[in-house]
Amino acid sequence: MSDEASSAGAIDGADNVNVRPLALVARRERLLMIGLFSPAFLLMATFVVLPIAWLFYLSFVDNAQFSTVHYSRMIEYSSYYKILLTTLRISIIVTVICAIAGYPVAYLLAQLAPPWSIICLSLVVIPFWTSLLVRTYAWLVLLSSNGPINSFVEWLSITDKPLELVFNETGTVIGMVHVMLPFFILPLYSVIKSFDWSLIQAASSLGAPPISAFARVFLPLSLPGLVAGAVLVFVQSLGFFVTPAVLGGGNVTMVSMKIASNVQNYFEWGASSAFGVVLLISAFGVLAIAARMLGLERTFGMTR
Amino acid sequence: MSTAHSTGLPRRHWLYSIVGTVLLFLVLPVCIVIPESFSDSKYLSFPPPGFSLKWYSAFLSSDDWLSSARASLVAATLTMLFATPVGVASAYAISNLGPRFQRISMAFILLPVIVPSMLIAIGIFYVYIRLSLVNTMLGIVLAHSILAIPFVIVTLLSALRSFDLRQELVARSLGAPRFAAFWRVTLPQIRPAVISAALFAFIISLDEVIVSLFVAGGNNMVLTRRMFVALRDALDPTIAAISTFFVVVSLAVLGTVALLSRKR
Repeated sequence: MSDEASSAGAIDGADNVNVRPLALVARRERLLMIGLFSPAFLLMATFVVLPIAWLFYLSFVDNAQFSTVHYSRMIEYSSYYKILLTTLRISIIVTVICAIAGYPVAYLLAQLAPPWSIICLSLVVIPFWTSLLVRTYAWLVLLSSNGPINSFVEWLSITDKPLELVFNETGTVIGMVHVMLPFFILPLYSVIKSFDWSLIQAASSLGAPPISAFARVFLPLSLPGLVAGAVLVFVQSLGFFVTPAVLGGGNVTMVSMKIASNVQNYFEWGASSAFGVVLLISAFGVLAIAARMLGLERTFGMTR
Repeated sequence: MSTAHSTGLPRRHWLYSIVGTVLLFLVLPVCIVIPESFSDSKYLSFPPPGFSLKWYSAFLSSDDWLSSARASLVAATLTMLFATPVGVASAYAISNLGPRFQRISMAFILLPVIVPSMLIAIGIFYVYIRLSLVNTMLGIVLAHSILAIPFVIVTLLSALRSFDLRQELVARSLGAPRFAAFWRVTLPQIRPAVISAALFAFIISLDEVIVSLFVAGGNNMVLTRRMFVALRDALDPTIAAISTFFVVVSLAVLGTVALLSRKR
């Protein structure tokens, strides 16, 4: 095996004596790599791909027969229909807020020099790696009727009774924006970080005022990062569970919550699977459209 | 590159105040958790009306919470020990194989990140019922590893990308056996990434909620599952004390990772 590198030059030689042993080495090498990859592959195949295929099948079965009843119910039952609409509405609101609040942060962060850039970046990353439940709990405290935000509002004497910030859609949206903002800021930050600032200097040296240099040069060039971040936020928002379950206080039902309750309380695999398939197809659909628009790398190239 | 002072972009005080507000919004929840855990009030109020350690003692005197803490720590440790080698092996294989294989394997590996977690959760639950893995430690560790492995692989791939794999070929051409070449040439150079990946795997398992809601009950009910039920159904201030523990662990992990990446 160790002669692989040293004999590489022999391939070019007139005599092809080494061709067969080299092919053998290459094949063994490939087998070894596939062997190293197989544990992860088997895990994903057994516990992710296979069950999802199975759930897909279950969503088309009712009383041991082919049926689309699980899908038609989503449109016919107003309670099911409402869940889909609520999920879509909340996801759109969260995406828009993340874009509006996250863009200036990524924009400024990419221009800061250390140590400020490091400090501000860690302020984005720390909540990112803090337990979701801890943050949800903290929002419960912050938003409660005698919490600090309401005390502040009371002190300003804007309203005479406390604002209802939690156990409704408002609380859910606040909690979800908090979870999703880093997902928006971090990829956009890395896009802006690699931006060629001399383009702006060129624009201003040609007489562009700062506002139009921003709007006509910077903004269009940062658009791929903006769209990638928004898609990531939207797709992940569709699947939210913990935040609406806790901060919604039973008044907000999103798709994932319905999937969970159908399975946990009623063992209704068919209905749950149908909701799951709708969720999965919407997520993949949006991602596929974005990938077509931007190129795969940008959409999938980043992680948590 | 140059900072914005030299560029012609608008950069005004209002930009600083917007960014400051958003950053405050991001860190505020993390900041109130620790002081809140020393509150003497049963009700949610901040700032806490008085100081006490009663939620810590409530935590330490509750068999339920303690057994959950133990289950969580065991699951996180085992997940780290399992997901890290599996992820390192995969990342090594992916970086040694051709670009076509790389694309396919990456799409496959990133599935748990893209597929909505509730779907993964009921899928795993469905398989586990048939394999009687529900509520077993083995089941929890496997499920958490599935979620952690993509992060291990991505972390390792970026480290391996900046490492010249030909160094290993050199070692092998000098007579080192394959594994020894990896162990003594490659591994020492990617060690910071391996440690970071292991810590991420630990924290992913520790923080995981949704899959645990289905597969981590009974004697192996993990902390997050008990916390979630407490948060949803009846607020128990003991959560504040446990939250402090979570925040401290996260900060310790992030600090270690930051130190490691600076050394690199």
